[in-house]
Amino acid sequence: MTDLNTQAELVRRSLKRRYRKERRFRAYGIVAVGVALLALITLFSDIIGKGYTGFLKTTVTLEVNLDPELMYLDDASDKDALRMADFKAPLLAALRQELPDATTSREDTRALGGLLSGYAANELQDRVAADPSLLGTRQVMTFLAHGNVDVYNKHAGETAYSIKLTPQQQQWVDTLKANNVVNTEFNDILFVHGDSREPANAGVAGAMVGSLLTMLVTLLLSFPIGVSAAIYLEEFAPQNRLTDFIEVNINNLAAVPSIIFGLLGLAVFINLFGMPRSIPFVGGLVLTLMTLPTIIIASRAAIKSVPPSIREAAEGIGASKMQVVMHHVLPLAMPGMLTGSIIGMAQALGETAPLLLIGMVAFIVDVPDGLFDAATVLPVQIFLWAGSPELGFIERASAAIMVLLAFLISMNALAIWLRKRLERRW
Amino acid sequence: MQPANLLPLIGVLIALVFALGYGKSRALAAPLGGIRNLKSLPFYYGARAAIWCGLPALAVLAFWLGFENKIIQTLVIGGLPAELQPDSAGRASLVLSQISNVASGALPPDFVPPGIVAAADRLQGLRADSRLLMTLLVIAVAVLGGFIAWTRIAPYINAREKYEATVQRLLFACAAVAILTTVGIVFSVIFETIRFFGKVPFTEFVFGTSWSPQTAIRADQVGAEGAFGMIPLFVGTLLISAIAMLVAIPVGLLSAIYLAEYASPRARKIIKPLLELLAGVPTVVYGFFAALTVAPFISGLAAAVGLEASSESALAAGLVMGIMIIPFISSLSDDVINAVPQSLRDGSLALGATQSETMIKVIFPAALPGIMGGILLAVSRAIGETMIVVMAAGLAANLTVNPLETVTTVTVQIVTLLVGDQEFDSAKTLAAFALGMMLFIVTLALNVVALRVVRKYREHYD
Repeated sequence: MTDLNTQAELVRRSLKRRYRKERRFRAYGIVAVGVALLALITLFSDIIGKGYTGFLKTTVTLEVNLDPELMYLDDASDKDALRMADFKAPLLAALRQELPDATTSREDTRALGGLLSGYAANELQDRVAADPSLLGTRQVMTFLAHGNVDVYNKHAGETAYSIKLTPQQQQWVDTLKANNVVNTEFNDILFVHGDSREPANAGVAGAMVGSLLTMLVTLLLSFPIGVSAAIYLEEFAPQNRLTDFIEVNINNLAAVPSIIFGLLGLAVFINLFGMPRSIPFVGGLVLTLMTLPTIIIASRAAIKSVPPSIREAAEGIGASKMQVVMHHVLPLAMPGMLTGSIIGMAQALGETAPLLLIGMVAFIVDVPDGLFDAATVLPVQIFLWAGSPELGFIERASAAIMVLLAFLISMNALAIWLRKRLERRW
Repeated sequence: MQPANLLPLIGVLIALVFALGYGKSRALAAPLGGIRNLKSLPFYYGARAAIWCGLPALAVLAFWLGFENKIIQTLVIGGLPAELQPDSAGRASLVLSQISNVASGALPPDFVPPGIVAAADRLQGLRADSRLLMTLLVIAVAVLGGFIAWTRIAPYINAREKYEATVQRLLFACAAVAILTTVGIVFSVIFETIRFFGKVPFTEFVFGTSWSPQTAIRADQVGAEGAFGMIPLFVGTLLISAIAMLVAIPVGLLSAIYLAEYASPRARKIIKPLLELLAGVPTVVYGFFAALTVAPFISGLAAAVGLEASSESALAAGLVMGIMIIPFISSLSDDVINAVPQSLRDGSLALGATQSETMIKVIFPAALPGIMGGILLAVSRAIGETMIVVMAAGLAANLTVNPLETVTTVTVQIVTLLVGDQEFDSAKTLAAFALGMMLFIVTLALNVVALRVVRKYREHYD
């Protein structure tokens, strides 16, 4: 009796300590979840905070006097004359009109020229070439501001950004802003241009098309091959060593680092088969090999979830094994297979490392127009811009990240929706 | 014709042959008294003919596209005049790119020797010939295959069995791609690695403590040998992976326990997808975050407390890699914890143990093998992770374990050595393949062990 009492007493006395321990353990869990969520929030807010300005561009609206004498251009339909003509002069004259305190000294002229994008003169030339009747008229036109003006316009006063404009230029930009000559607009250039040496003129259109072409190859190859492999392994494969070996291979390939697939692509597709570097076709092949295990594993799970009663019913009315699979199992497993494939494609879309090795890191200005045209992809474009010392590129890299994440999130949302909508519980 | 145009054409041919086969089998069946007198349904006669038409044609197309470039390149190089003949593989690729630039119009012909211009013409001629020949051959094979199959349609032939056997073989071929990929990986690294060990002794590579491949560029340079000791790279890789694991294991494991045992179903429903969101973020985004936000923050912090931290510290890359791996560990642990039978949990709680005691003393030991397997998989992931370290870790191969210093990793070196144009016979390039081989072996071993541990554990409770 006394023994029991002391035991109960012991338990009672230790209870307080044990409950404290329990609470502490629970707190650890909450802290862990908190740390993970904090990391997520920091990551996203950092990228959005850095990148939302990438969706804005700085423009300069000028009334340009296309004076033939000033430009040394008499006939705008003559191509050689166009090439020789001075398209900078009317732009500088228009800027001087807005900034009466700018002198004609060499320094001031250079400082004025530094306000406009390096491509402004080319743009003007293109417009005159397209419409020769513009010559001799006055036109109100909008040009891109120089990258430094862009950074100053968006980030004046922020310590993280160093302003590369002289105090004189800064004052000019302030004046122009007050007079509504310098404006901030939505950066449509980001979505219509390819890469450029100048941040203000750079866009992700080329990378987006490159990604699209690469994904097209990946989807067209990896979905049929992955689904076929899954069907074979689940439905037809005999129990033997070869089948085991295939399964071991698939499981291992799913965990091989992606860069190894890049080495494979480099050694096999480029060196052995002599295919060109940097093309979406080779990128798609490499990503196909990389995503296959994901698709096979997901498709096998989907086939497994089809109840045996369906198979037995079909076999019972005389269907062959292949008919059972093709007419009954496959349609029922399709939603699960699609879901797995979309997730695999989302992985492939964000993949960078193997594509670096097969040369999709080139500086490519043009939007690619085919599977065999040199291209880059969105994640590689982000990598290239993130490595640039120019701040204008950093904010565009953030903007490109947001574009990429938007694609990924919508793909994953589609997969979840498909799973909810189409998947049947047996 | 471009392959992109040829594919739809083959598709049309396949459809046509299918229709013809279908039609012929029906026509044959009609005088016999309907399709029930055929061995198979008309669909299978059509499908079998379509396979005969499409399969060989597509195979020819794939082979042609695969070997076309290499053969043309060899022919063009072989046709160069003697004084332009390249003396090394590196020169050859330079000459080739010059030729193809002239051919595509990117390089004006006046800038290059006339031999190159002639070669460019030859290249274009060969390309045009090859495309024409390919188009003709593919179409001929398709038509011939379709015709043979069409003539062989007869009521007594069991087309379904033959069709199904072919399809089954095709399914097997698709499954065998996995083997081919592994074989491809092994062969693509093994040859270059053997060549590398012909130039650099194996012992020097494995036990050397200095890594500076960049000195091996010019033959007459001082110290032109370069140094290929991989110890600093492996130490760097392990240092960054260890930091990542120090972040990911406690956070991932504890959040998995919290979600599995404590969180309300509603909280779980919100938090789990958020954690999975971390897993869906591409690594290049983590690299961006590490290089431009975390690394400056850490070096600023270190400066504030009087320490000196490099702007490309191992700590920054490791921390961010840890964040990347959190969802990996938490979802694997979650699976394993949920797989522990409820009876163990109930028994422990019934004896009066608190939830944390049940967790630590009963469930955790039962789940430990599975969790260890998950951790091993995560380690192999950390070792093979590329973009974060390429963007946030440095290039200098310091042999150090100080997390505030710059280290480099195996993957960073592979990328650095192989990005851009390279000569395929320099020790520098070959070293990248040797590193790739080491990386493949290490991750493979980790995966095999991890998968075995996980599987053994699963069988234990099934």
